[in-house]
Amino acid sequence: MKKILLLGNPNVGKSVIFTRLTGTYVVASNYPGTTVEFTKGYMNLKGEKVEVIDVPGIYSLEPVSKAEEVAVDMLKEGDLVINVVDATKLERSLNLTLQLLKQNVPVVIALNLWDEAGHCGIIIEVDKLEEILGVPVVPTCALTGEGMRNLILRLKEAKANTYLKSDQERWTEIGKIIHQVQKVTHRHHTFSEKLGDASIRPITGIFIAGLVLFISFQVIRFIGESLIKYFFEPVFNILWTPLMLKLSLILNPGSFIHKILIGELFKGEINYTASFGLLTTGLFVPLAMVLPYIFAFYLVLSFMEDSGYLPRLGILVDNIMHTVGLHGLAVIPMFLGLGCNVPGVLATRILEGKRERFIALTLMAIAVPCMSQIALIIGLIGKYGPFGLGIVFGTLFIVWLVLGFLLNLILKGESPEIFVEIPPYRWPYIGVLLKKLGLRTADFIFHGVPWVLFGVFLVNILYIFKVIKFVGQIASPVITGFFGLPKETVAALIMGFLRKDIAVGMLLPLNLTMHQSIVASVVLAMYFPCLATFTMMIRELGVKDTIKSVFVMLVTVLIVGTALNLILSWSP
Amino acid sequence: MKQKEKGTIIAVTGGPGLKKRLETLSIRKGAEITKVSAQVMRGPIIVQVVNTQVAIGFGMAKKIMVEVEKESNIERSAVSS
Repeated sequence: MKKILLLGNPNVGKSVIFTRLTGTYVVASNYPGTTVEFTKGYMNLKGEKVEVIDVPGIYSLEPVSKAEEVAVDMLKEGDLVINVVDATKLERSLNLTLQLLKQNVPVVIALNLWDEAGHCGIIIEVDKLEEILGVPVVPTCALTGEGMRNLILRLKEAKANTYLKSDQERWTEIGKIIHQVQKVTHRHHTFSEKLGDASIRPITGIFIAGLVLFISFQVIRFIGESLIKYFFEPVFNILWTPLMLKLSLILNPGSFIHKILIGELFKGEINYTASFGLLTTGLFVPLAMVLPYIFAFYLVLSFMEDSGYLPRLGILVDNIMHTVGLHGLAVIPMFLGLGCNVPGVLATRILEGKRERFIALTLMAIAVPCMSQIALIIGLIGKYGPFGLGIVFGTLFIVWLVLGFLLNLILKGESPEIFVEIPPYRWPYIGVLLKKLGLRTADFIFHGVPWVLFGVFLVNILYIFKVIKFVGQIASPVITGFFGLPKETVAALIMGFLRKDIAVGMLLPLNLTMHQSIVASVVLAMYFPCLATFTMMIRELGVKDTIKSVFVMLVTVLIVGTALNLILSWSP
Repeated sequence: MKQKEKGTIIAVTGGPGLKKRLETLSIRKGAEITKVSAQVMRGPIIVQVVNTQVAIGFGMAKKIMVEVEKESNIERSAVSS
């Protein structure tokens, strides 16, 4: 099958063009490095099925990061390259284009962000550019789909080896081309540029960052709480409960199947957080407790991604990130990790070296709880007011900072400096944003919820065969002695290897004190990543480094869990 | 180079790796560069080259030498200073 590669600088819209060509949705955002591995899709070209590959963005054919290496390797396999070029940044993009035109592969150029170039007062003479480069140049605006038909039509005109000049002359050549084809008309600073400047100045920047984070937090809380209170809880209580009670009668309480599906009844009633049946707790926890927060979080995150704010935040916190051995851009994987650690782990590929990736992954696995887990922690501790939650997340943040500082001190090497293009602010394109939100929410429903159900099933089986009681006896010195938690919490710790949300959920019926709930939440967040994250870590770090990372986790959780228990028992 | 000043890059005093990396974002000898802002405590410097804003670590910025035309004289300095 023929292969078409989408190649170009970071953040020029390759992923959006990919989605347009293939109908396969891939996540696109407004910052360099959203795509860190290649995605394949298929399109129909005059009755022939061809493969289209979305490649991570590169600035030149001489790669500097892992994501870029992946891209350059792909080039050997391509039968045709669509070189996606940012029309607002023609000069810079031509560096890659001229290198590409010397390769033995046919090229077509998509002059993307054509509309934005117009708004910026940039006029490009497409015909002349086409004549100079010797390959088709098609203006496109992938977000709205303009020019896509034309692009597909002209794929057959692609040519290879059309511009053979030596590497030394490249920049001089680019200068000449720009002079011939591009005119820039003068214009005043726009509001978004002024806002852009303000958000990267030290004083105004920190003020804006504080405001953005505060608003984000409030919006997530408001949407999450409202969805639970006014939609999911009523649906479960009014519609689902009567159905379950009927089913309970049919199944006969006390039977094995009743225990698995409905779980325990309390005075003849279902308790959605304590019954622990597949159809009761198994559905209630992921759908009525976690899903609302997942939805709210990704709504806010997608907005931040698409507006172009995240790299700016990275620049502001660059100094803090250097104390933990990373640079500012590492806020992007950390933020993604707050949604779910799995994409967070993958996103660490935007960091340059192995050392940074090890630090970032270890810190994420220990001190960045995912939204599913956060939602349940809110369910567990929220009733004691913001103070308890403050201790949990405050502790995690301090651990993140101190552990990062220590890792940076111990591990050889130093943290590389930030070097990143700052994308212009863009008003998120609502259709694209909703699609991304839908995809991420669906991912939770179709990949997360089944695991929760499996977890609930497994817990019941383990209880019935008294495995949990047995492990509880063995682990009680640490759990009771060090952490001050009842033996029963061991069940949650076992479940935490599989999934963190249901693990915290298992603490709900234990009637823990506030002090115990706080320690248990922190310990559960820190001691080990969930199965999905763990698998991902092995893939990204290799077995040896993952073992090292897990060792760090276990030592840290012992120290922090014990210390937290002691501190909380002393205080009044 | 002070904030809001515009100058011309006269040299990048680093290894070939750094030069190539900076070059990919059009930061190279002869290019016009404007300093947009600088973070406190040797944080990243934000510059504008052509019509792209780029954040550069302080250490890297130290290696980019610029020439700024003042009314009476020409001032030479690093982007970071």
